Amino acid sequence: MSMKGVGTIQIKYMIAKNDFSKAGAAASNIKKTLRKLGISTDVIKRVAVAAYETEMNVIIHSHGGIMYLNIDVEKVTIIAEDKGPGIEDIEMAMKEGYSTATSQIRELGFGAGMGLPNIKRCADNFEIKSSLENSTIIKMSFNLK
Amino acid sequence: MFTVKNLVEELKLEIVAGERGMINLITDVYIGDLLSWVMAKVDDGNIWITIQTHENIVAVAVLKDLSCVIISENAMIDNDTITRANVEEIPLLRSSLNSYQLALRIGELLK
Repeated sequence: MSMKGVGTIQIKYMIAKNDFSKAGAAASNIKKTLRKLGISTDVIKRVAVAAYETEMNVIIHSHGGIMYLNIDVEKVTIIAEDKGPGIEDIEMAMKEGYSTATSQIRELGFGAGMGLPNIKRCADNFEIKSSLENSTIIKMSFNLK
Repeated sequence: MFTVKNLVEELKLEIVAGERGMINLITDVYIGDLLSWVMAKVDDGNIWITIQTHENIVAVAVLKDLSCVIISENAMIDNDTITRANVEEIPLLRSSLNSYQLALRIGELLK
């Protein structure tokens, strides 16, 4: 790793509701940042998928939110916190193929019901906290050691 | 070594956008229209064949380091998608063939 002596890096991304014109911009920036730091391709690939799915979830399902990227010597962490409306049944939302996306959203190729399962599969640690009418907070990390 | 340029010439594909990525190397082919599904399964350097033309296909192609995207059956492509593919230098190609026919032809070329 070429990160010895580097302190913690923190970047914040504002994600707007239904803003498809910028969709994937945060994930792309995260990927570029990790590349510049010389982080291994395997980790970058997993972070890119998880960051993209997280960003799309906020755009499609929430009233907007913020994504935070944290990088230290040991791990890459992404935290997303939205402004609600929250997930009614987290267990269902974690199931592959389950989606609450509208038919309009599905026509655009979203709503495969793979978002959260993809994130969980890619991350080394994954936590989700949500309830109806509250924020959804997702935290995931990727080990660098 | 097979590039997007070779592919375009062999299959007479229409170059809609992202011409600057024509030197990208091709590894394999993937077909799919559900973005998260593609995101989970597609590999580096793959050609992605889809009928999905929303601008987010470019984001998927960039994040997964795809060689190019082929829109099959001459599906209409949004202007935003074209603009974004040019910015990101992702070759956005189009054909009148359907996804299966395209894959068959590409399979022959990659043999």
